[in-house]
Amino acid sequence: MYRYDEFDRDFVAERVEQFRGQVGRRLSGELSEEEFRPLRLLNGLYLQLHAYMLRVVIPYGMLSSRQLRMLAQVARRYDRGYGHFTTRQNIQFNWPKLEEVPDLLADLATVEMHAIQGSGNSIRNVTADQFAGVAADEVEDPRVYAEIVRQWSTLHPEFTFLPRKFKIALTGAGHDRAAVRVHDIGLAMVEDAAGEAGFEVIVGGGLGRTPMIGKTIREFLAKRDLLSYLEAILRIYNQFGRRDNKYKARIKILVHELGAEKFTELVEAEWREIKDGTLELPAEEIERIEAYFADPPYETFEADDAGYLAMLAIDGAFRRWATSNLFPHKRPGYAIVNLSLKPLDGVPGDATAAQMEAAADLADRYGFGEIRITHEQNLVLPYVAQRDLHDLWRALDEIGFATPNIGQVTDIISCPGLDFCSLASARSIPVAQRIGRRFRDLDRQFDIGELHINISGCINACGHHHVGHIGLLGVDRKGEEYYQITLGGSADENASLGEIVGPAVSYDAVVDAIEAVIAAYLEHREPDEPFIETYRRLGAEPFKESVYGKESVHDAA
Amino acid sequence: MSLQVVTANRLRDGIVVYLAADGGWRQRVADAALALDQGEAERLMALASAAVEARLVVDPYLIEVVEDGGLVRPSRYREVIRATGPSVETQADLPSAAE
Ligand code: SF4
Repeated sequence: MYRYDEFDRDFVAERVEQFRGQVGRRLSGELSEEEFRPLRLLNGLYLQLHAYMLRVVIPYGMLSSRQLRMLAQVARRYDRGYGHFTTRQNIQFNWPKLEEVPDLLADLATVEMHAIQGSGNSIRNVTADQFAGVAADEVEDPRVYAEIVRQWSTLHPEFTFLPRKFKIALTGAGHDRAAVRVHDIGLAMVEDAAGEAGFEVIVGGGLGRTPMIGKTIREFLAKRDLLSYLEAILRIYNQFGRRDNKYKARIKILVHELGAEKFTELVEAEWREIKDGTLELPAEEIERIEAYFADPPYETFEADDAGYLAMLAIDGAFRRWATSNLFPHKRPGYAIVNLSLKPLDGVPGDATAAQMEAAADLADRYGFGEIRITHEQNLVLPYVAQRDLHDLWRALDEIGFATPNIGQVTDIISCPGLDFCSLASARSIPVAQRIGRRFRDLDRQFDIGELHINISGCINACGHHHVGHIGLLGVDRKGEEYYQITLGGSADENASLGEIVGPAVSYDAVVDAIEAVIAAYLEHREPDEPFIETYRRLGAEPFKESVYGKESVHDAA
Repeated sequence: MSLQVVTANRLRDGIVVYLAADGGWRQRVADAALALDQGEAERLMALASAAVEARLVVDPYLIEVVEDGGLVRPSRYREVIRATGPSVETQADLPSAAE
């Protein structure tokens, strides 16, 4: 389990007091807003559309029940009783008061939480597969290495002023749930011919204004070389990355401009210099960190639980939830449970203080007190015995976390958009809600099957629209909200960027357009063929035709 | 020339405010002082700069408003949302959050 060492604890406590002093000096006028802004951003505090917003970091999306209860308490005491889980596996509070933020941070520090490296041109919070350590399809637990990367990157003296922000994601499983191909660096654990686990290193992916799929620059990197290799990549980026133009400063542009081959050469040359130095990861260090993530005290089950199987057979609503929201666990008799934060008419990713507390209690009762945050803005209880699933399901239903829609059309990723974000061009949340209402019928959702709709309120792409099977990007057309539609994006191991299929559609027309896309899919799909496969087989044409009519397809061609 | 008002965020809690005719900062756009011409707009912005110096508000700027049946509202949609809050019901509006 993730643990702070002494260094972290002292450092965080010091930072809280330092920030308390800075806030005091801002309120007393010793610091101007220009002087204060960079300081508050270093502590995760933004000024948004309506108020300040605090982004609290959740390393690789993993929380203890104690930490989740503290987030609930913070929501109630310092905010308006809720928080928003983001696509970066973090939580944002929308309404903290500047004068109370130091107390808020001090409360968070009591459960080893903070907001450092939640913003700025630093190495941001490391993200990982939400099913790490429990997935049936895993090579190895990536949290061990996510934690090693976290420790290495925390206040790394060389990398606190990078050309731009820097995001690293890890997956340990064949099926990529951490979107590693659209991060600055993605690390996918793989096995070499001898069965030794290591990393495929992917660099230069990213979304935003210039979306790109990352390039594999090394097929296999031994574990001991992880930090020296990352250091070499960061050094090349720090040295050659562009600082003259904010829009060209991400590593993806460097990799693109140099070409993957040249970039790789530079990294490998740098790496040869530092490879066997102080950054080499000794096996004992890996073991030390592995101990943080030891398995919980599982019970031993031989096979599936008979009572669970019986409930599946007789309770249709339970069966529907189990089919949608459970994932296979590496241990027999256990399941990974997804808690949907996408109820009908809700705000994707929002949870109230009461819901967070109830989820923490359920984690204690049924799941060894641990909760994960997914980049799809849902929660996960990673270790639930099948025996307890029916009781858990009923309890989740009571708090509104049992919508059986994981991975389906209403499990929409949505950024805060114009309802909260000062950079937004258009709203995201109400579009998600209108789509949710249109497809509220559970049988219909289920029939449509796996389909990811991602919505961003502006080109910054916090809602990952480029990698949604259907992506919506909010744009401002002379003061009116319009939405550009992209199709065929995907964030998994077969990552692809969605293609723009035609002119942007209005706020009023956007739900009909989505329905037209889905109608085309239903018409053309083969048995058991998911949306993305149908799209890849047929290309954009039938979908365009369905949204814009035959004429426009020919006009555009 | 269109009607303008000055808006900003209050320093201590970040809440959206508008500059009123008496020099105070109010949460309702309806209470804002209207600038009918450039000179008036500049005078309001000078007051706002003084309020920044006095640590009352941050990042003041002028927005366009329209009078609609005796009511003043911002013309840009972004500013309507700033003035009235999120356009969606948030969890805070739901009874379960109010405990
Ligand atoms: S995508 Fe744009 S609107 Fe959405 S949260 Fe990011 S910056 Fe804000």
